[in-house]
Amino acid sequence: MFRRHGDRYVAVLAVDEVRVLRKVASEVVGLLTDGFDHTDPVVGRLFPDAYPEDASTSAEFRRYTEGDLKTAKIDQAGAILAALPDSAGGEVRLDAEAAEAWLRALNDARLAMGVRLEIKDGTDLGAELDDAVAEDPSSSRVFQLSVYAYLGYLQESLLNALID
Amino acid sequence: MGGMAAPQVAPVETPATDEVPASDRPWVTIVWDDPVNLMTYVTWVFQKLFGYSRERAEQLMLDVHHKGRAVVSSGARERMEHDASQLHAYGLWATVDRS
Repeated sequence: MFRRHGDRYVAVLAVDEVRVLRKVASEVVGLLTDGFDHTDPVVGRLFPDAYPEDASTSAEFRRYTEGDLKTAKIDQAGAILAALPDSAGGEVRLDAEAAEAWLRALNDARLAMGVRLEIKDGTDLGAELDDAVAEDPSSSRVFQLSVYAYLGYLQESLLNALID
Repeated sequence: MGGMAAPQVAPVETPATDEVPASDRPWVTIVWDDPVNLMTYVTWVFQKLFGYSRERAEQLMLDVHHKGRAVVSSGARERMEHDASQLHAYGLWATVDRS
């Protein structure tokens, strides 16, 4: 979890955390590059229609905002990849600009996972996880739910360190 | 924006959104509730992007959370589209509409 040290935001990450963060950030980059597909609901959530009741105006808005937005999202996911320790666990040390990029990127990753996991208002993450474990503790859903919860804690700790 | 010379107007101080009569701000940016974004994050984004006080940002976040949506800025259409696209960069679910 992140703490503020002077003008830096510091977290000591275990090897599993580094691995998970590298995986989710890479997946976001993949989603925005080779895998970019407007029919994917995750893309729909990251690039919402500006005019939900007007498809052609939404498309026009998209035409002149999507390129920059995509670049920004790739760059912020890149900020995670750039700051992670090489292979083993270790310290992540961010300046204010990198910390904000991390916040946005962690949020993008959570949004993407939230769509895939069908997180709804009022979803009780603990109960979902208990159900998934009861069904099959080695399932991908158990792993994904754990990662989703972890990213939320990490994002909140970074936010608290920034606001502090 | 075309290349034609526009009439030059003396710069005037932009009034705060609250002081602009409704008829002069026909467009709004709306943020919608979603189940993923953290409440503290949404508040922070409103402060960051719009320079709102902690209290105002928190109130807007609570409106989004409890009412399902809130108007977060109002003004010229181009500015609202800019605001919406900035909010999208932060992962908030924002749309543009007439007020």
